[in-house]
Amino acid sequence: MIRTLASRFLGYAILIFFALVFLYPFVIQIANSFKTEANAAANPLSPIPSPFTDDSLTRIFEGTGFPTWLGNSVLVTVVVTVGRVLFGSMAGYALSRLQFRGRKALFAGLIAAMAVPPVVLLIPKFLVLNQLGLYNSYAGLIVPLLADATGVFVMKQFFDSVPVSVEEAARIDGAGVLRTFWSVVLPMAKPALITLTILMFTGSWNEFPHTLVAVQDPSLFTLPRGLADLVSGSLGSGTQYPLKLGAALLATIPVAIIFVVFQRYFVRDASAGADKG
Amino acid sequence: MPRGIRGRGIRGNERAAGWLFVAPAVMILGLFMLLPILMALFVSFTRWNGQGSPFTGSVPFAGVDNYTRLFTDDGLTRHDFMTSIRNNAYYVFMVVPIQTVLALGLALVVNKRRGFFRTAFYFPSVTSSVAISVVFLFLFANGGAINAILAVFGVRGPQWFSDPRGLVHLIVGDPPAFLVEHSVFGLTWWDWLSGPSVAMCAIITLVVWTTSGTFMVMFLAALQNVPVQLEEAGRIDGATRWQLLRHVILPQLRPTTFLVVTLGLIGTWQVFDQIYVMSQGNPAKTTLTPAFLSYRTAFRDFDYGAGAAISFVLFLIIVLLTLLQRRLTRERD
Repeated sequence: MIRTLASRFLGYAILIFFALVFLYPFVIQIANSFKTEANAAANPLSPIPSPFTDDSLTRIFEGTGFPTWLGNSVLVTVVVTVGRVLFGSMAGYALSRLQFRGRKALFAGLIAAMAVPPVVLLIPKFLVLNQLGLYNSYAGLIVPLLADATGVFVMKQFFDSVPVSVEEAARIDGAGVLRTFWSVVLPMAKPALITLTILMFTGSWNEFPHTLVAVQDPSLFTLPRGLADLVSGSLGSGTQYPLKLGAALLATIPVAIIFVVFQRYFVRDASAGADKG
Repeated sequence: MPRGIRGRGIRGNERAAGWLFVAPAVMILGLFMLLPILMALFVSFTRWNGQGSPFTGSVPFAGVDNYTRLFTDDGLTRHDFMTSIRNNAYYVFMVVPIQTVLALGLALVVNKRRGFFRTAFYFPSVTSSVAISVVFLFLFANGGAINAILAVFGVRGPQWFSDPRGLVHLIVGDPPAFLVEHSVFGLTWWDWLSGPSVAMCAIITLVVWTTSGTFMVMFLAALQNVPVQLEEAGRIDGATRWQLLRHVILPQLRPTTFLVVTLGLIGTWQVFDQIYVMSQGNPAKTTLTPAFLSYRTAFRDFDYGAGAAISFVLFLIIVLLTLLQRRLTRERD
């Protein structure tokens, strides 16, 4: 009895220790966003700002490109997410259900594309954007991100797992492929679409390396690119940690909200990855 | 997969529809993945400096020079490239074991418990790499939180991002002369052996902290599939908790462990965002990685040929690891 109590206590102690390790950095981030620079330097660990000031927030919105980056991030994220979900489910459906020449080869190509590491595409993407005259434009920022091999793969796997009978019925009733897809297949695929939307939303909201080789003009920066720019010294004098931490905090909030609201979909997604191997 | 009998008309319709449906994805992936890779392969055999177009014929052809500069020609390019390989190798050897063990440990303690702790451990892995790097820069600042915690235990923390000394160097002290006098691939034995720098250790800490949650979720999914009867049988036979873990649970988790380790090996060769934000390869090039070096060589030194060549060597390393993983996974199944 005493042993189980002791081991239970130990279990909780370990859990709480790790919860602190994983969450306290965020507490520090939030607290220091509302400190003065001197206070942040003197007491970085303290969770309570003294004195409390929202000066850094004011400066983020009035003294940096933050509002522009926020607008760009929203635009890029919305367009890219819609594009990836739509194109991903169309291609995934075709690869799973439709009979056409070249389907097997395309699927093999898709598997190969999933193995291409994004970081080795930095110079290649710059070359093609430069050649097409898309470098440093909204088109260059958005279009290359519109399709994603993993998204296609996830949707194909989903359609493979769903019985064909419902669509067959619609098709026998005389609906064409496009009609069947739009009014029968997509509504049926709602859970997979939600998962894919969340996955693609966080992916495009957090996207950094692509913006590095696609745009140069600060008016085209997204939040991650603008933040990286703040850190590398565009602020001028001082470390200005409260401002940087505040900007990073604001950039994290949308993903945090989505994460808390749709948590079960995140978990499902990660375990889908585990089955893949 | 069962397919019903369909009429000829529907089939004909399907052929066109099939291509129509895949067209957008195929066009974008072709135009922004396949074509650029071929273009970069071409550029890696030239001396393009970023002026004009590399595909006009006016750009000097370099043959395999950009590749030999990385491996056989004694010079700064090889020195930097080998340094980046060295740094990334240390990074891989530290990150992969630590994140795997930590992820497994976290999964074992949160298994069968309610959501809060799971959420806490998983949250860092969905946040932006740039935003979280900003937070860790603050934590590891000279008078920052990490050094404040170390001070509580009487340890004087280092200046994390300006200390280029390797861990092995810090432990062993100054190197014996024979290790400094001889070199392989342009780096002395001591350069190879002195361990990841203090700065690299800060980045390793950040990465382990962010990725452990992702892998924890994979272990949790696998734990859910361990048959309850197995555990019960072990318990009836009087096995202790440790014996249960060692002889019943861990063997069941082997496929997932394999997956986590190989995904780790593939992912750790791609570290870029954190390096860009936190250190830019400094101090003294001890956090330079092949991914960041290829970016820097192309976009800062305007040596696009060498930059592209570094990308392709890195590509090869990652593709080999991926093929190895897929092959071993198939054999296992």
